[in-house]
Amino acid sequence: MRVMAQMSMIMNLDKCIGCHTCSVTCKQAWTNRTGVEYVWFNNVETRPGVGYPRGYEDQEKWGGGWVRTKRGRLKLRSGGRLAKLSRIFSNPKLPGIHDYYEPWTYDYDMLINAPRTAHTPVARPKSLLTGEDMKISWSANWDDNLGGSLETMQDDPILTKMSEEVQAEFEKAFMFYLPRICEHCLNPSCVASCPSGAMYKREEDGIVLVDQDQCRGWRMCVSGCPYKKVYFNHRTGKAEKCTFCYPRIEVGLPTVCSETCVGRLRYLGLVLYDADRVSEAASVEDDKALLQAQRDIILDPHDPAVIEGARAGGIPEDWIEAAQRSPIWKLMQYEVALPLHPEYRTMPMVWYIPPLSPVVDVVTGSGNDGEDARTLFAAIDKLRIPIGYLAELFTAGDVAPVDASLRRLAAMRSYMRGVSIDDVRDERIANAVGMTGTEIEEMYRLLAIAKYEERYVIPSAHTEQAHALEEMACSLDFEGGPGMGGAGPFGSSSGPSVPVAVENFHILADRQTADRPSTPGRVNLLNWDGNGDADGLFPPTGMTEVRTPGKPGKRKEDG
Amino acid sequence: MTLEPNGGGLVPGKFLTASDLGGEAATAPRAEFKTVLLDQSGAPVVPNGSLGHRFTPEDEGSWNLDLGDVTPPLSLADLADTNESVEVLLPRFDLPPEAGSEHAGGSGVVVRGVPVRRVAGKLVTTVFDLLLAQYGVARAGLPGEWPSGYDDPTTPGTPAWQEEITSVPAEQAARLGREFADNAERSGGRSMILMGAGTNHWFHSDTIYRTFLALTTMTGCQGVNGGGWAHYVGQEKVRPLTGYSQYATAADWIRPPRQNIGTAFWYLATDQWRYDGLPADQLASPLARGVFQDRTTADCLVESVKRGWMPAHPTFSRNPLDLCDEAEAAGKEPAQHVVDSLTDGSLSYAVEDPDAPENFPRVIDIWRANVLGSSGKGNEYFLKHLLGTESAVRASETPEDARPRDIRWRDDAPIGKLDLLMTADFRMTSTTLFSDLVLPAATWYEKYDLSSTDMHPFIHSFSPAINPPWQTRTDFDIFGSLAERFSQLARTHLGVRRDIVAAPLQHDTADVMATPHGVPRDDLPLIPGQTMAKLIVVERDYPNLAEQWKALGPLTAKLGMTTKAVTYRPDVEIERLARLNGTVASGPFAGSVRLDSDKRACELILAFSGTSNGRLAVQGFRELEKRTGQRLAHLAEDHEGAHITFSDVQVQPRSVITSPEWSGSEHGGRRYTAFAINVEHLKPWHTLTGRQHFYLDHDWMEDLGENLPTFRPPLDMHRLFGDGRPGTTRRIGGPYAAQQTEVTVRYLTPHSKWSIHSEYQDNLFMLSLSRGGPTIWMSAEDARKVDVRDNDWIEAYNRNGVVVARAIVSHRMPEGTVFMYHAKDRTVDVPIAETSGQRGGIHNSLTRILLKPSHLIGGYAQLAWAFNYLGPTGNQRDEITTIRRRSQEVEY
Ligand code: SF4
Ligand code: SF4
Repeated sequence: MRVMAQMSMIMNLDKCIGCHTCSVTCKQAWTNRTGVEYVWFNNVETRPGVGYPRGYEDQEKWGGGWVRTKRGRLKLRSGGRLAKLSRIFSNPKLPGIHDYYEPWTYDYDMLINAPRTAHTPVARPKSLLTGEDMKISWSANWDDNLGGSLETMQDDPILTKMSEEVQAEFEKAFMFYLPRICEHCLNPSCVASCPSGAMYKREEDGIVLVDQDQCRGWRMCVSGCPYKKVYFNHRTGKAEKCTFCYPRIEVGLPTVCSETCVGRLRYLGLVLYDADRVSEAASVEDDKALLQAQRDIILDPHDPAVIEGARAGGIPEDWIEAAQRSPIWKLMQYEVALPLHPEYRTMPMVWYIPPLSPVVDVVTGSGNDGEDARTLFAAIDKLRIPIGYLAELFTAGDVAPVDASLRRLAAMRSYMRGVSIDDVRDERIANAVGMTGTEIEEMYRLLAIAKYEERYVIPSAHTEQAHALEEMACSLDFEGGPGMGGAGPFGSSSGPSVPVAVENFHILADRQTADRPSTPGRVNLLNWDGNGDADGLFPPTGMTEVRTPGKPGKRKEDG
Repeated sequence: MTLEPNGGGLVPGKFLTASDLGGEAATAPRAEFKTVLLDQSGAPVVPNGSLGHRFTPEDEGSWNLDLGDVTPPLSLADLADTNESVEVLLPRFDLPPEAGSEHAGGSGVVVRGVPVRRVAGKLVTTVFDLLLAQYGVARAGLPGEWPSGYDDPTTPGTPAWQEEITSVPAEQAARLGREFADNAERSGGRSMILMGAGTNHWFHSDTIYRTFLALTTMTGCQGVNGGGWAHYVGQEKVRPLTGYSQYATAADWIRPPRQNIGTAFWYLATDQWRYDGLPADQLASPLARGVFQDRTTADCLVESVKRGWMPAHPTFSRNPLDLCDEAEAAGKEPAQHVVDSLTDGSLSYAVEDPDAPENFPRVIDIWRANVLGSSGKGNEYFLKHLLGTESAVRASETPEDARPRDIRWRDDAPIGKLDLLMTADFRMTSTTLFSDLVLPAATWYEKYDLSSTDMHPFIHSFSPAINPPWQTRTDFDIFGSLAERFSQLARTHLGVRRDIVAAPLQHDTADVMATPHGVPRDDLPLIPGQTMAKLIVVERDYPNLAEQWKALGPLTAKLGMTTKAVTYRPDVEIERLARLNGTVASGPFAGSVRLDSDKRACELILAFSGTSNGRLAVQGFRELEKRTGQRLAHLAEDHEGAHITFSDVQVQPRSVITSPEWSGSEHGGRRYTAFAINVEHLKPWHTLTGRQHFYLDHDWMEDLGENLPTFRPPLDMHRLFGDGRPGTTRRIGGPYAAQQTEVTVRYLTPHSKWSIHSEYQDNLFMLSLSRGGPTIWMSAEDARKVDVRDNDWIEAYNRNGVVVARAIVSHRMPEGTVFMYHAKDRTVDVPIAETSGQRGGIHNSLTRILLKPSHLIGGYAQLAWAFNYLGPTGNQRDEITTIRRRSQEVEY
């Protein structure tokens, strides 16, 4: 047993209202830059739907993740390193920009400086890639709320597995939102795909990162990731991905998407797992056994042997204690949380509590009591369609664990109604799903009313590990830190490595002055922090231009 | 309730009041506003707490809901010796119009019985008995037409009947009703209706609201935390209300403020009235007695203004400053001069001639609002008549025989009434696009301000993260600069003047007793404050306006501050504010409290409101205790010493103090819920009976057939205005396909999930997460009818204008209805329309203003004007539109 710690997230889908606050705050923090206009480390997709990038779940097409060979070993679906190297200059498995979307802006200048015309001025869309006029025909979230369902629904890789009749019925009955970030997998195929060794999984907390120095832009990680959560920056020519907001996590703060989540549906915490058994678990024969295999390598943080092992592995005491208080561990224990697409065999570590509300909706829509445990249990048994869909998402098609999760959520709903309306604690409801009333009430507390400190249990990083954690190692008197200015001698990707906090400082300073408008006169006020001046806001006459000297430093995310 | 003969039968009439009882009861002060109930012996009782007890000195201490040992029977049938019953006629509006008289719309009468008794010589029943009749709840032994059960669709009120209208299955409706009531019973009233904007944007929104209130009241959910009615649109709660009102209306310097009803103002200013002609009698009940005969809804507005029910500005056909000068020259009091001139016809109301150049609005100053991209219904009429820009109004003006009777028709419609449009904003909106002047404004991260809402009980501060950048200024500075310049100019141009303000009969004042029994009379002379608006002369010190703006005026100390009929005396607060803010050092107002910065103005608001100043909350409750005779002050006493200052709210948002300014209670850490004080402490509602009302007995309500909450279908725009009929298609042929057709559908403009009106959705991120421009959601079925595929360019038009947008085709849309989300500005991706040859419109290019007469009633109990509470709504959901595919080559 080799005990390791993994920082993980669980999202409770019943509470997601599809507001995209998470996407916007994430983008503002991480990818509001040239080269990554089309990139959303966090995206929220309507399901059923095709997702972002379009149809990413179709691994026949994209070849992401792992497959198990006849001999019981894992290999990358897109082939080994040799096969990949042979395709290095023409990678057919790589999504094109139109599988994401062609990013655009508007001719905003027209609203201010339009010549005298017959009609009211208007800003028309312009491609951010070509600068040309365009008709917007796809976006980062085109099929929001089943918009355009007729055109796109048949391309939902999950629905294509289901019959046509099911499809039609499905669209009418069932809809939910699926927020997605990188899964920070225990067995990441992105890391395995990289020919340059630029991708790595941090030992301390399992966050998967790209070393910007090492990355040579082969993009094997992009095709290797079955969730399509590595992106290519077309300006720097390097891969970028969700960082789990590690500069925040290291100081005990939740990720930006969690911090700003309107539904308060995200949970963050550590789990301990047995690193020795990861490959074994990822290679079990039956896809449907993968969930259990993954659950099996997650270790009980209260088990003395595990604690011993953790200490032996150098995991600090407060981390062990945090693992014991972890909401992730608790929700996994209740068996209400499930991984997304375990059949990709990457052992993803962002899990989901499947939505019960579609079931409740069907029940109440048919004139029955959506809070009565027996009715709900019966509906869960009967509603094969939505449950089949959820099983394709979360359990490689096995409906039993989805059933079990939904039954527990249903039991909680009706048990708690008894408590709040009739002041009755009906143990039978709890027992029917293999829990006690006390456990149900604890689970309810975690799912319904948990406050910030209970949802996010994040031990801060240790200074004794600072050598490995770039962000902590550097103080602000670092060369090139604030006040030092300037990038490396050969542009922004050269010179010594720069901690992200320092780099962000420079990027911000630079953005407000250096953002090159794609259309003349365009001012990106989103980037502007109130200091200095922005080009194009006022006619140059009579204005003194103030520029901030900052330049972005070199980007490096590793330790 | 009295019953009165009408239409060959009996109809519900007026509330029985003390004045009907004769004897001592009838001679009590304000007896016609003291409603009556029966006790268990059937004897009439005049209970405490009705409007008649609210303002009279004799009734001090009895304005409360304490019934003592009286237990009123809900139904007369509960009284052993009730043995009479009669049939009453109740209007219904669910019928199709009769062949040959489609213009009159579908309505009819249902006959149902109620138990009755005779009291003081009048035939009476109870409101509850009438409600049961209205809702078709059969009881043994009553005459009339009753449903045979819930599954009987033939008569109004049953679950099966509603199914045919709403398509909600009868069983589901019945189950929902049962669950709602059962849950309310078991949880002590914790059943709640949570609504968004949807229901209040219908023409007949008031009947929908009243239905909600009836349901939540009957199930005992009002005033209960977790129960009742959570209305979630446009009813923003300014928690620190009293201080806010002082500051916003300059009540420390001049009272009353000159206010207006926006809906009617725009209706006239944008000349929508010229196209409307909605006949008021077509809204009327088949049992109507002629209130609306041969009149349009615009005529009802004229009557409402003349009676002082609703404010209107400009008020008269002459400048009110000049009216004062005229009076002085004639040696009369200005009010008398106005009354005399109105009586002899030498003066008229501006609403009677809105197209006279002297009645045009000339200058409009918009402060952070988007009337041309968001709120203004009838956008194209705004463009045409108010601004005189390109516009796509397609309607023709009302033909001569259908025009308003009481508004002067001028053959040449004014084009471009406005001389100057000035907007202060920090976004480029449709409104700033059309403005002559745009004043760049600071955002909320660049200024000091206060914020509060009905969604939570906290007061927040705004504090600048940065200073206002570039040329922007805070709104405080903008108003300050304008005031300075205005004052300078006023020295030469205006000087000190007297002005006469026509103030409407105001809610929460004795004005609301102007109309006994809700019977407007035509046989009375003009008496300001009774049969017309109050006429109040104020002095305007224009040259000193800026100085006044920067200082606290004397009226706050002299007259106190009255909010909802409770007067607060902030004597201690003024002294404290003088210390906190400092005093004016020199000039005409030396010694006054300084209000020359945004923070100081915030301090005033916090110091002068009960919700943020415990001393005032307690003071207000003590005054209310005198009036009600009920113990109330304890709700705020534990905070009597608390005074939330601006720096307090800068540190963190502060929970408000329970105050008589609002009806909920935060006492003991509890969360606010409306009406808690009424329910728990027997403080009356501000209504005629002092209770929640199912029944409204104003004459206009009766003629509308809306005495009781009733079902009214959406307006039939086809019948009323000749628009297409929803659900029909029409072959048009045309340039893109020989077989091209268009389809007519219902047009809804719901609030979108990604914006607050036009704001936020136009951010580039949000546009990238959606479709990047204006769209219309339509059903697969409708799309198929007109050969439209997802993301095709379409045009939607009706009599009001044209919209160009891309279609979002989805299974989630029901056939026959399209959505265009509210407030997509005209700024991005709006091509030229084929239909008009002009820039495509906004969502409100297809809507317009429609006035409902019931919203114009004033001067009677709860039916009285109150700023941001009661007045005509903007409604747009009854609209329909016709949709066609257009050339996919769009031009900008
Ligand atoms: S989800 Fe993240 S960790 Fe997993 S394979 Fe993709 S990029 Fe790698
Ligand atoms: S912020 Fe939260 S609720 Fe909103 S879309 Fe993201 S995950 Fe869902």
